[in-house]
Amino acid sequence: MTTEVGSETEVRKEPEKAEEQPAAPEPAATNQTDEAKAAEQSANDHPAPATESAEAPAEAKEKQEEAQPADNATPQEGEDTPASPPASEKKGISRFLPPWLKKQKSQSQVGPKESQAAPKEEAGVASVKEEDGEKEEQAEAEQTSSPTAAQPQVEEEKINGEPKPEQKEEVKSEEKEEENHSTGSADTQPAKEEKAAEESQEKSAAEEENKEAEEGGEEKKDEEESPKPEGGHSFIKSPLKLTKKVKMVMCHVTMLDGSQFPCEVEKRAKGQYLFFKVYEALNLLEKDYFGLSYKDNADQTCWLDPTKEIKRQIRNATWQFAFNVKFYPPDPSQLTEDITRYLLCLQLRQDIVSGRLPCSFVTHSLLGSYALQAELGDHDSGEHRLDYISDFQFAPSQTKEMEEKVVELHKTHRGMTPAQADAQFLENAKKLSMYGVDLHHAKDSEGVDIMLGVCANGLLIYKDRLRINRFAWPKILKISYKRSNFYIKIRPGETEQFESSVGFKLPNHRAAKRVWKVCVENHTFFRLMTPEAPIKAKFLTLGSKFRYSGRTQAQTRQASTLIDRPAPYFERTSSKRISRSLDGAPMINVTEAQESAPTSGENGREPGLELSSDSKVEEEPSEGAAATPTEGTEMKGDEPDSSQQSGRLRVQGENIYVRHSNLMLEDLDKTQEDVLKHQASISELKRSFMEATPEPRPSQWEKRLTASPATSLRLQAQGSADDKQKSGEAAWQAAEVEIEETVVVEEIRVAPKGSVTITTPAVITPVAVESEVEKPKDEVMEEQKRPVSVSSDSEEEEEEEEAGEYHPQVTVSASVDQIKEEPEEEGEEEEEQQVNEESVAEPLPEPVVEVKAQPVPAVVEENSATEPQLAPVAEESPEDILVTPDEAPNGHAESPEDHQGPVALEEEEEEPRVNGDASHSETERLPQVICCSEPPVVKTEMVTISDTFAAQKTEIATKEVPIVHTETKTITYEAAQLDGSGDGEPGVLMTAQTITSESLCTTTTTHITKTLKGGLSETRIEKRIVITGDSDIDHDQALAQAIKEAKEQHPDMSVTRVVVHKETELAEEGED
Amino acid sequence: MAGVMTGFGNFTHAVVRAIPSSLAKEALRMNVLDVDLVKAQREHEVYVGVLKHKLGLQVIELPADESLPDCVFVEDVAVVCGDTALITRPGAESRRKETEAMRRALKELDLNIVEMSDENATLDGGDVLFTGREFFVGLSKRTNQKGAEILADVFKDYAVSTVPVTDGLHLKSFCSMGGPGLIVIGTSEPAQKALKIMQQMSDHRYNKLTVPDDIAANTIYMNLPSKGHVLLHCTPEEFPESAKVFEKLKDHMLIPVSNMEKVKVDGALTCCSVLINKKPKV
Repeated sequence: MTTEVGSETEVRKEPEKAEEQPAAPEPAATNQTDEAKAAEQSANDHPAPATESAEAPAEAKEKQEEAQPADNATPQEGEDTPASPPASEKKGISRFLPPWLKKQKSQSQVGPKESQAAPKEEAGVASVKEEDGEKEEQAEAEQTSSPTAAQPQVEEEKINGEPKPEQKEEVKSEEKEEENHSTGSADTQPAKEEKAAEESQEKSAAEEENKEAEEGGEEKKDEEESPKPEGGHSFIKSPLKLTKKVKMVMCHVTMLDGSQFPCEVEKRAKGQYLFFKVYEALNLLEKDYFGLSYKDNADQTCWLDPTKEIKRQIRNATWQFAFNVKFYPPDPSQLTEDITRYLLCLQLRQDIVSGRLPCSFVTHSLLGSYALQAELGDHDSGEHRLDYISDFQFAPSQTKEMEEKVVELHKTHRGMTPAQADAQFLENAKKLSMYGVDLHHAKDSEGVDIMLGVCANGLLIYKDRLRINRFAWPKILKISYKRSNFYIKIRPGETEQFESSVGFKLPNHRAAKRVWKVCVENHTFFRLMTPEAPIKAKFLTLGSKFRYSGRTQAQTRQASTLIDRPAPYFERTSSKRISRSLDGAPMINVTEAQESAPTSGENGREPGLELSSDSKVEEEPSEGAAATPTEGTEMKGDEPDSSQQSGRLRVQGENIYVRHSNLMLEDLDKTQEDVLKHQASISELKRSFMEATPEPRPSQWEKRLTASPATSLRLQAQGSADDKQKSGEAAWQAAEVEIEETVVVEEIRVAPKGSVTITTPAVITPVAVESEVEKPKDEVMEEQKRPVSVSSDSEEEEEEEEAGEYHPQVTVSASVDQIKEEPEEEGEEEEEQQVNEESVAEPLPEPVVEVKAQPVPAVVEENSATEPQLAPVAEESPEDILVTPDEAPNGHAESPEDHQGPVALEEEEEEPRVNGDASHSETERLPQVICCSEPPVVKTEMVTISDTFAAQKTEIATKEVPIVHTETKTITYEAAQLDGSGDGEPGVLMTAQTITSESLCTTTTTHITKTLKGGLSETRIEKRIVITGDSDIDHDQALAQAIKEAKEQHPDMSVTRVVVHKETELAEEGED
Repeated sequence: MAGVMTGFGNFTHAVVRAIPSSLAKEALRMNVLDVDLVKAQREHEVYVGVLKHKLGLQVIELPADESLPDCVFVEDVAVVCGDTALITRPGAESRRKETEAMRRALKELDLNIVEMSDENATLDGGDVLFTGREFFVGLSKRTNQKGAEILADVFKDYAVSTVPVTDGLHLKSFCSMGGPGLIVIGTSEPAQKALKIMQQMSDHRYNKLTVPDDIAANTIYMNLPSKGHVLLHCTPEEFPESAKVFEKLKDHMLIPVSNMEKVKVDGALTCCSVLINKKPKV
C-alpha cells in the first residue's frame, strides 16, 4: 500500500499543481506531496501578498484561527498534543523512511525555496525568518511523510493517534512561520496574538478561552463565507496557510474491490480532494456516478459532500470512507468506458451479496455466472473443478445448487470477454426492481413501518416487500423536511385541483435530512440538465443551501462523450477478491454480509468495507454473535436504540428493503434501522403537519421562530404531552411540530417583515441583536408579533430545527430554486451562524417589512392562535393531514379527500396560496395599503420602499411606533387594512430562520393565526423578515430586495408593514 | 442465455382442469346465475383445444374433482413466473384443496415450487397481473396484503405493487395484458381507477387498450415463436363492442374464444389455465 501512495503522489505532483491554481477546488494538498505543493503554492501566492499586502496577513490570521479552534475542537488531538512529539520522534521516523519518501522531502524543500524568493522581494526583513520557517516546514514534511508511510501498515486505530502529535508540531512550526510572514507583511500584531493564542492553548486552557471566543467568531465567518462567493479566494489563500500549518490526516478508503486505499489529506481538506485522489487512483473518468461514503457517529452511512470540509462532515467519526456508486445509471450500456461498468459491477455484486439487491435464485445464478466469466474467462473443465467457484460469493446465502447452476451457466458464456460479461451482468441487474433504490426506514402517518425508496425515477414507498406507492419526480412539487418529518408535495392530478402533501416520520432529524438530501441529489442528477445554482444571495431564502453540486447525468454523459483515451487497463478483482472474503470463512462472511448489509443498508455502501475487515471491529463481534444466517432472511422489527446496526439488516423483510436501498441509491444517508426502530409515534406523525401548511418559505423561516426562547418554552410544554419522544430535544421538537401542524393553511396571510439593520462593525451578541430588532417590531407591529425573540442559541444548534425544502419542479422558476436546508453541518454550522450574527451585529437601522396576504375564507376549523391553545389543535389536525402511504396511491388518483379528513382537504387547497408556488401563483392578492409610522428620523427610506411596492400601495399611513431602544429610529409602513380578526390573537409561531451571509443577517419568522369568523375560519400567516446588516449595506436596497423576494416567493401575500429600525449605539450593548 | 425478464408471453405449457358437474350448482359466484353445465364444458373444450392445437402448447389436463366445484379455474391456485411456481392459498376456503393437483402437476414439470404456508395469507392468481416487468397484485376479497408480500418474496426480481380492487372479484376481472407493455382495461370507473394506480406505481410505461366491457378486458396474450403475438379474447357474440376494439390490433393473431357460461361463475379467460414457459433442458 505504501508503494501505491508514493508512486501516485509523485506522479501527480505536477498536474495537481497546475490544477490547484486555476480550479483550486482541491483545497490543500494532503499527501506527502502536500508540503511541496504548499510550498509551491505559497510561492505563487506570495506575490499576491505583496500586491495585496494587507489582505495576505489577514487571511493568514484567519486561517490560523481556523486551525486553532479546530485543534481545540477535536478532543483527541488535544490529548496527544501536550506530549507534542518532539524532534526525537521525527528523527526516529525519518530514519525508517523509504528512499522515495526522502526524495519527496527534497522536493518539498525545493518548493519552499521558490516561495522564499517571492516573499523576500517584498519583505526583505522577513526572509530570514521565513527560511527558518521553511526549515520547519521541511521538518514537518518529514513528519507528515513518515506518518503516511507508516500508517497504511498500521491499522485504523492508529490513525487517530499518530497523526495528531505530528499535527501539533506542525502547528507550532506554522506559528513560527506565521510570525515571520506577519512581520514581513503588515499585520504583525494580529498574527502574533494569534500565535500567542495558539501557544497558550497548548499551555493553558484559560488563556485560550478569550481568544478562542474571538477566533471562534472569525472562524465561523470564514467557514460560512467559504462556501459562498468567497470560496474562490479562500482556496487560493489556503495554500499560504498550508505552507505554514498543514495538518495531515490519514484517510482510508475502501474500494469496491475490497482493497484499502490510504490517502493522506490535509485535515481541513474538502471532500473534493479525497474524491479526486480516489478517482485518480482508479483512473476513473466517469466519476460522477460515484461517491464516498462514511459512517457518522450514529453509524449511519452518509455521503461525503465534496464541497465541504471532510472534517466537518465526519465530525468525530473515523476517517474511514468507502468508495461506492452513488447514482446507479439506469442504462449502464450508455456508460462510455468499460472501467466504469466494471466498477458498477463490483458495486452491484456487493449489493447482491449483502442482500440489498434482492434477486431470485435464477438471477443470482445468472449474474454469478457473468461475474465468473468476467474474472476467470472461459470455463475450463480441466482447470476449473467445481470448487473453483466456492471462492466466489454470488448471493447472501449460497447453496450448492446455486453454485452448480452458476457453473452450468458459466459454461454457456464461452468466448465472452470480461467487458462483455460485465455488460451482460449489468443488462440483467438493471432490470431488478430494486436496482438503484435507496431505502430508508420511515413510518407513515399512522405509525406503520414503511420504507422510502429513492431512485432515479422518483420516490417509492414500500410496506414490507410491497410497493404501495410511487411518486415520480415530475409528480413532486416540493420536497422538504422538518425535524424528523419528511414531506413531499404532490402535483395535483388531472382530476384534482389542489396539491396534496404526504408526510413521513423518520427516526430522527438526521434521517429526515438524509432522505431529503438524497432526494434532492437524485432528482438533480437524473432529472435536470444542470444542477441548480446554489441559492446564495437571496435574503429571504434562508437556511442552508444544500444542493447537489456535482454534474448531472446529462452533463456527465456529455462529458464522457469527450473521453478520448485508449481504454485504460485495469485489473479485475480476482486477487483482491480472494483476499477479501471468499477464502476466509464463507459462512462467516455470509452472516456478516447480511448483518453488515443491514447496517450498510441504511446508509448504503458499506458492505464492502465490512467484508474487507477492519471497518467494523466493534460492530462485528456483537453482530456476528447475534446474527444468524437465517436472521438475515427473516424480518425483524428493528429495535430502537440498542442494536441499531445489527438490527437493520437482520430483519428479513426489512433486510430486503434495506439491501435494496443500499444497492440502488447508494444512498446518502439513511438510517433505515433507526427509522424502523424509532419510535416515531403515531401521534407525532399526526401532529407533524405536512409541509403543505407552512408553505415553502415558512419552513425556511421556521428556524428562527422556533428558536425563540418563548416559543421553545411553549413547545416544550406542549411537547411534554408527548410521551414518546425521548430526548428533551425531541420533546420540544414535537411541540414545534404540533405548532406547525396547527398551521392549517386555509387562508393564508403572510406577513413577512423585513427589518434591515445596519450594523457597525462592532461585534454584538446575536441574541442581543435579534431581540432588539424584534422587540421594536413587536411593539410596532400590533398583535402579530409574537415571541419574536428570534433564536435561542441552544435551539439553533440543534439539528432538529433544521428544515429543508426543495422544489423539484423545473418549471417554476421561483420554486425551483428553493432548496431549503438548514445548517448542514448542523450544530457546528448553526453555531457559526450565530457567531456571525454576533460579529455582524451592530444594528443600526432596521427596515421591517411585513407582507400580508389577505385572508381567504376557509372552511377549516378555527384554531385560536393562542399558544396555549395550540397544543390541542396540533394534535387534532395533524392526523388528518398525514396521508397514509397505503391510502395514498389510491388517494392520489382520487380527490384529496380520500386521504384526509375534511380539514386536511381544505388545508391542501389553500396551501398553494400559502406556498406561493408558481402553479398557484394566480391566487388572489389584494392591493395593500401601507401605513407608515414614522419615528422622527428616516423618511427617505419610506420613499424607497413605497417605490418598490408602488403598484400595490394605495395609501401610506403613518403611525408612531414605540421603539424599544432610545436611539433607535424606526419607520413603519403598514397596510391600512390589517385584519382586526387576526390582530388580537397571539397566533402560532410557525418558523424562525436565520440566514447569515457576509454582510447580512436575515431572520424570518412565521406566525400563523387562525380565526373563526361567522363560520369561516381564517388563517393568517405572517412572516417577518428581519434583515440585519452592517454599515455597508444600503438598507433601502436591502429592503427593496427583501420585499421583492418576498413577493416572488409569496405572490399571494402582500406587504403590510415596513419598519426601518436604526440603532446606532447598540454596538456597546451588543458586544455584551 | 436468456436473461432476466425476457420472453414475455412465451409459453410452452399450459395446465388446465376439467369442469366438474358440481360447478353448475356449487361454484362460487357473485351473481346468482344459472349455468348450463354442458355448454360450459363445451366452451372449455374449445378453450383447451385452442391452446393445444391452434397454439401448439403442451397442455396438461387435470381431472375434475367433484368436491371442488371451482377447480376449473386453475389460475387462482398457482402463479408461475419463470422457473418458479407459487402455490397460492386461495381466498375462498372451499378452494384450498384445489392446489393439490396443481402442485403435483407443476412438480412434474420440474418447476421450483414455493408454498404459501402462512395461514394469514390469501392470494388468488386472478389478482396477480404480471406485465413482464413487474407484478400488480389486487387486494380484493380473495387476496390480502400478506399474500401479496409472499408473492413479492418469491419473485424477488420484480417489483410487486398492490392495487386495491374495490369492485369485481379479481384484479384481472377487468384487465389483463394484451401485449408487451399493453394493458387491456375496462371502462368502468373501478377499472379506470385501478389502471391509474398501476400507472402511477410503475416505473414503466404501459399503453392501454380500453374496451367497453370490463370482463372483455380479460384476455390471454402470448408471444409464440411460430405465431408471433397471439391474443385470445372475447367473442363478438358476447361483447360486440369490445370485440371490435380488439380487431384494431393489427399485429396480433386474434382468436376469439367464447366464455359465456364460465363467466357466470366469475370465470374469465385467464382463469382457466396456468401458462408456463419451460425452457428446454440445457
